[in-house]
This record gives sequence, C-alpha cells and structure tokens, in this order.
Amino acid sequence: MANLTRKKRPVTRILHWTIFLGVIGCVPVIFGGNAYYMYVATLIGIYIITSMGLNFTLGYTGQISLGHAAFMGLGAYTVALMTLNGYSFWLALPLGVLITFVAGLALGLPSLRVKHHYLALVTLGFGTVIYLLFSNEYEITGGFSGLPGIPRPSFFGLDLSSDIAFYFLVAAFLVLLTGIALWILNSRWGRAFKAIRENDMRAEMVGVSLLTYKLLAFAIGAAYAGIAGGLLAPLMKFVDPTSFPVHESFWFLIMLIIGGSGRFEGPFVGAIVVMLLPQFLRGTQQLYFVIFAAITLILLIFWPGGLTSLLDVFFRRVLRRNPPQFTK
Amino acid sequence: MPMLELNDVHAYYGNIHALKGISITVDEGEIVTLIGANGAGKTSTLRTITGLLKPKTGSVILDGEDLAPYPAHKIVYKGVAMVPEGRGIFAKLTVRENLDMGAFSRSDADGIKQDLERAFTLFPRLKERESQISGTLSGGEQQMLATARALMARPRLMLMDEPSMGLAPVLVESVFDIIQEINKEGTTILLVEQNAHMALQIAQRGYVLQTGEIVLSDSAEGLRKDPMVQKAYLGME
Repeated sequence: MANLTRKKRPVTRILHWTIFLGVIGCVPVIFGGNAYYMYVATLIGIYIITSMGLNFTLGYTGQISLGHAAFMGLGAYTVALMTLNGYSFWLALPLGVLITFVAGLALGLPSLRVKHHYLALVTLGFGTVIYLLFSNEYEITGGFSGLPGIPRPSFFGLDLSSDIAFYFLVAAFLVLLTGIALWILNSRWGRAFKAIRENDMRAEMVGVSLLTYKLLAFAIGAAYAGIAGGLLAPLMKFVDPTSFPVHESFWFLIMLIIGGSGRFEGPFVGAIVVMLLPQFLRGTQQLYFVIFAAITLILLIFWPGGLTSLLDVFFRRVLRRNPPQFTK
Repeated sequence: MPMLELNDVHAYYGNIHALKGISITVDEGEIVTLIGANGAGKTSTLRTITGLLKPKTGSVILDGEDLAPYPAHKIVYKGVAMVPEGRGIFAKLTVRENLDMGAFSRSDADGIKQDLERAFTLFPRLKERESQISGTLSGGEQQMLATARALMARPRLMLMDEPSMGLAPVLVESVFDIIQEINKEGTTILLVEQNAHMALQIAQRGYVLQTGEIVLSDSAEGLRKDPMVQKAYLGME
C-alpha cells in the first residue's frame, strides 16, 4: 500500500478502486436515513478534496501552504455569489476553479525565493488577507452576516438538492479528482514535483524548471481547494467568513500529516480520522482538543509518515509480503 | 574550437569572491580534471557551468555559444549533465525513479529505454535494486546511481564533482574505471577531485585551483611531475 503512484500490479489497483467505490456506495445505504450522518459524510468528501490539493503542494512538492482555507473560501464565495445572482452552478464552479488556480500561481511566486517556515509565513499572510476581505467587504460578501440561501445545483434537469443526491455529486467529484490526481502524479509533472521535494537544485540540474513546476504545484493544490469550496457552499447553503479562518488551514495540514503527507491515501485516511474522531470523543467535551493534540503529537514523534505508514508496517511485518530491504 | 571554454570567470557568493578569473578549456573527448583543496573553487567552477552560479564577469561558452542567457534547468538540454557532490541522488525515490528523472530532459522513449539498458549493463547492482528506495543503498551504489542518472540525459559533457568522496579505496578504483569507460564511449568529462592521485591517472590534462584562481595548468603527466603538485596534492616530499 506504500504509494499508489508507484507501479502496482493491476490486481492491487483494481482492489484499491473497488474498496474506494464500495465505501462511497455503502455510506448512503447504511446512513442514508440520518441527515446529520449524510452531512458529515459529504463534508468528509469535501475535506478529502482539499487535503488532496494540499498533498500536491506540500506532500509531493514539499512547498508548505497555509493558504488552503483561503483558496477554499475563494471557491465557495465565487459559487455562492454567482448562483445567488442566478448563474448556473456549472458555470460558477469552473470560474471558481480558474480564480483559485490563478491565485495559486500568484502564491507560488514567493516559493521561488523563500522556503520552509518563511514560506509558511507568507502563505499565512495570504490566508489572513483573504479572510479579512471576506469579513470586511460586506457590500459584496455580506461580511459576518454571510450569504444565505445558496441553491443546490441540478444536473441536466436532475435535481441534486436532497442530501443523498448532493452526497453523490460530491462523491462523483471525489472520484473524478482522485483519477486526475493519479494521472498527474504518474506523469512527467508528478516526477518533477517529487524531484523538487527531494532537492530543488538537483531537480534543476536534470532539467526541471522550478518556476514552472513550483507554480503548478501551488496552482493545482489551490484549484482542488477551490472545487472543495465550491461544493461546500451549496452543501451548507450558506457561506460566511468563519468557515475559512486562518486556523482552518492548519486543520488541513493536520489531516494530511495524520493521514500521511506525500502518500496517495494520506488525505483520505487523514480527513476521515480528523472528521470522525470528534464523533467518538464527544463524551470528553473540553478534553477533546487535549486528547486530539496528544494523538497528533504521538503520531508525529513515532510515525512521522502518518497512519498510512502504519499500514505499510502492518503489511510488511504481519503479512510478510514485502520484507524491508537493507543493504550494506 | 574547444567544446567548453571558461573565459576569465569571476563569481561571488554575496560578498565572497569565490572565483577570481577562471579560464579553462575542455576539448571534445577529453578527461580534464580540476584539483585543489577544500574551498579552492572547484565546485563553484562547476556551478558556473551548470548555471546554478551566474558569473559576474567573464563567460562560459559551450560549442561556441555563450551560456549566460540560459537558466540552470536549460543547461542539461545543451548536453551537459552533472554528477553532484556527495552522491546527490533523490534519496526518497526508488533507483528506477532516479534514473527516470535523469532522462527528464528527453522525450525519445526508445532512446531512453536503450540508455536504461546501458546503465544497467554498466552498473548491474542498480538493476538488482531497481525498485529499492535509493537512500537505503550503500555509498558506492549511491555514487553509481548518481553517475547513471547523469548518463540518462545522454550528455556530451559530463561534470563530476568529487566522485571518490567518502568511498572505500576498492570502490574508488571501480568508480574511476567506469569514468574511463564512459569517456571511451564518447562522453567528454570534466572531473573535480581532491584525490589528485587518481584523477591525474585517468585525465589527459589538469588545472590546479587555489583560493579561486588557477595556479597551474599542464598535461596530467606534467602535473604529476610538478614538485608543487607532488608536495601539496600527492603527498610526496
């Protein structure tokens, strides 16, 4: 299970997709009767998409971004404003993607000059500015009153306003974006991203343009978050700035790290765990964050590769399919 | 016309004057070595060729063309590949992924396949370890991989930065054998080495660098017999 982007036997690949599609299909069968559960499941799908985007930027290319909540917000506000003014969701979403893609390119520019925590601060600044725009430009965004009454889309006359139908819309986007992510990561672009993460000077020496590929990594990551935001607005039927504060970006970072940064399954596992843990820890009330922080810390110290790296260990040690290789 | 020509290159790191007027030439088919102590400017000289360090004055000319307008990632498209110092591989990628990265500048699938076969013939160890994470290779294997990765660009000029660094003597021998083999197959080599003894055995010509300047240039034979080189770099009194 190490890494879906490495060569896999077709059987393994089919198995992965069967599990993935099976889980998506089973959720409404089991939880379809409960609106709250369906809401959480849909939200998980949306957060997986955002974390997948962050995985491009941080996991595969090694460029930290704390601007992902802002990108999500840009996508959400674009869809909200357009659909409230009578335009179709199917026109609004591509525009939201375009806006976030361009914003991602722009935020990628500083990554050519600054690295690591300096880059983190620049992207944090970007997130803050966008948040302030959402909250202060109330003539456009409605400020803290937000924008209520966002309609849910329909697809060629098919009404997608029910919770289950909207869940399947998000699921369809999730499957599509998973396929696109796999395709990108297996392409020349994916190789360039990973080379930059390993060592950007060596990447340049084999012919990787840092300008092109660092900006692309940011732009693709941002566009994924933009789509997620564009789906979040009609899910909640309401947007306001408090959905996209700067600390929300840290949650995406936590999801990615808990799941496994730079691993294809990381965002899936991370988003599911981070979203479901509160449901199980609800009894602990205020202690929740303490417990959550402790779990995160333990994970970071002992398994910095995230939960998916634990699966690796499991498959190697327990099933002995793929014994670790060391040389001397 | 020499293949590569550096004319009076001056380069700086901030205020530090690292290269103080370096002029060298490399002819097609040669092995030329740059020897010198730590901090003499050997690696910096290679960096001005690969575009990672832009000369403040002076020029780097490849096949009669000034390289100044080309950014670092374009240099490999000109037929120049680099084997970085300290086994500069992509440590978390597999052996195969490293080799694929070496061919990043190319789009001729058939040629790449051929060169992959050639790399595996030259380094059978890499074939055995094709799907292994390259950071877990031994030092010698990592040096092989760095060399093989550079070859995957099918370079006409290969720059090698301290290929013997940190390797056991027996491995150093085999690294130098392979450098000669690569050269015989038609690749010109500019070799930076602290191990002057080995470098002067395989090179045709050499330059001696000291604190950013070339203090001596001669045939390898001539340098081996030079009293200053013998004393300072070959450990002979």
